[in-house]
Amino acid sequence: MTRFACDLHIHSCLSPCADDDMTPYTVAGIAKLNGLDMAALCDHNSCANVKVFLDACRHYGIIGVPGMELTTAEDIHAICLFPTLEQAKIWDETVERHRVLIRNRAEIYGRQVLIGADDEPCGEEEHLLVNATTLSLSEAAKLVRRLGGAFYPAHIDREANGILAILGALPEEPNFPTVERRDGAAYADRRVVKASDAHRPWEILEDGCPIELAADKDDAQGARDALIQLLEEG
Amino acid sequence: MTVGSLIEALGLRAFALPDGARELGGGYTGDLLSWVMGRAKEGCAWVTIMSNPNIVAVAHLCNAACVVLAEGVAPDEGVAESALGRGVNLLGSELAAFELSAKIQALL
Repeated sequence: MTRFACDLHIHSCLSPCADDDMTPYTVAGIAKLNGLDMAALCDHNSCANVKVFLDACRHYGIIGVPGMELTTAEDIHAICLFPTLEQAKIWDETVERHRVLIRNRAEIYGRQVLIGADDEPCGEEEHLLVNATTLSLSEAAKLVRRLGGAFYPAHIDREANGILAILGALPEEPNFPTVERRDGAAYADRRVVKASDAHRPWEILEDGCPIELAADKDDAQGARDALIQLLEEG
Repeated sequence: MTVGSLIEALGLRAFALPDGARELGGGYTGDLLSWVMGRAKEGCAWVTIMSNPNIVAVAHLCNAACVVLAEGVAPDEGVAESALGRGVNLLGSELAAFELSAKIQALL
């Protein structure tokens, strides 16, 4: 087993609430400086900056994980992680069909900046990304898991969009062997992933959440596969 | 007023009606289940747009007389069956939560 220092919930400048400084190369570079081995990009309801992020992670020698922070129909924030970019793209297309299109007002919500291969802005997403999709928690869990991804509730220790505030308790179905907390504290018998939910460069975890995986640090794909499997294991 | 007569008065849809003779006493409107648990009173009509299975557990916990899903929301898969199994009356209406709550209040 190898211990990976991880931050599995980081936003890029595509999320309206995140700093414009959070370009994929900046995120990956700071993750590297902070000593992380693995980082996941989880923008709200979109994987559009994931490809550049994976390139940036390779560039800096850390393992990038394709991800998204989905807002379900119940207004619950859930982390969706995938072993490959291809799976994330399929999920992105699915979510796209379930978005409720409200034009973004950048002066209120913030800009939603798309980044090109050169880490420079190449456009803006015109519809707001943070609002609830029409995918229910159970539907979304089923679809992500069928695609081979991991699906678990984000920041359960937060009132806004946290599953405990919204549903009162973890549901029996779908089952969540893993939950994310910002403080990393234990929660019942669940595996707790501590993650930053960083919207600004200095919020990215400095020490990382330690996760033991049956993979080597130079085997990025093996590590991603082992991570997804671990997160979904009861 | 009973749950059965509320259904009749407002033309509600019954997804599960294990106890239509249940007496209504008051109402509560809200969607954050952590709030509802601490505030909805026994015997109330609880108006919500939340369709997740946890609404059955919360209604059971507060001993609500019925849950009324507003805005034409349908219960998630298996929720009506679970409501029936736990003796929770689960109803639905096309009205928005505000209008529905006002109409229920006027009837009480």
